[in-house]
Amino acid sequence: MANLDAAFAAMADPTRRAILARLALGEATVMQLAAPFDITQPAVSRHLKVLEGAGLIVRRIEGTKRPCRLAPTAITEIDQWLDMLRSALAKNYDRLDAVLDGIKASDERKQS
Amino acid sequence: MSKLTLKTDGDRHIIVIRQFAAAPEAVYRAHTEPELIRQWMLGPDGWSMPVCINDPRPGGNFRYQWADGKGRGFSITGEFLELVPFSRIVHVERMHLPDPTPDNHIVTTFEIAGKGTQMTMRMTLPDAAARTAMLAFNMEQGMEASYVRLDAFWGARH
Repeated sequence: MANLDAAFAAMADPTRRAILARLALGEATVMQLAAPFDITQPAVSRHLKVLEGAGLIVRRIEGTKRPCRLAPTAITEIDQWLDMLRSALAKNYDRLDAVLDGIKASDERKQS
Repeated sequence: MSKLTLKTDGDRHIIVIRQFAAAPEAVYRAHTEPELIRQWMLGPDGWSMPVCINDPRPGGNFRYQWADGKGRGFSITGEFLELVPFSRIVHVERMHLPDPTPDNHIVTTFEIAGKGTQMTMRMTLPDAAARTAMLAFNMEQGMEASYVRLDAFWGARH
């Protein structure tokens, strides 16, 4: 569960969410990631360390650069999360079916 | 077969489709009248909705608050942008965790389908990462009710 907690903490920050959104488009270097933000490269590096620790991104070494990309597990987790949302909503709508039955019954009583 | 369809569309959208065995008027009312909303919009078992305030007219606000009875809770606030009784609701909402999440723009339509209603919700998040974060949060909410499935999920991964 530690990894899951780390993922939530990592995504609670808007800059880190923006970095993830950028990486969803493809691999990027620290310099490329820092460009759209009003923050320094060391600050971006700190964010990347958090994202890497949460297992959301992976980095490789290419000379002096360490380009980042979304971790494959982060992508499969999105599908799993979709399943969880589906089951929460399914429960809500099953309850709504019962509420609608109640509305129908009370309308019929008013009409008779 | 489940009556619920939930899918992503592009990078920023989530689509929910569900059929109901009731007229569009009833389904619309169940989405706009607090005394009806708090009977069903509850999420996992054990959660309740102690605060359910809304002002369903263009520009009107709403505040929905949930509690798990063990000291945990969260809320959603939003604004209604457009309401067409009994066919269409457009609103924006955000979760407070407690910091607000990016705005989720939601168009909900209710159409006659056979003897019932087909509801379609189209959610638009500002970007792919915001959508991911939203799905992640819902997963956490679903966790208590779904420990068995989650154990299987983590067991398979590690």
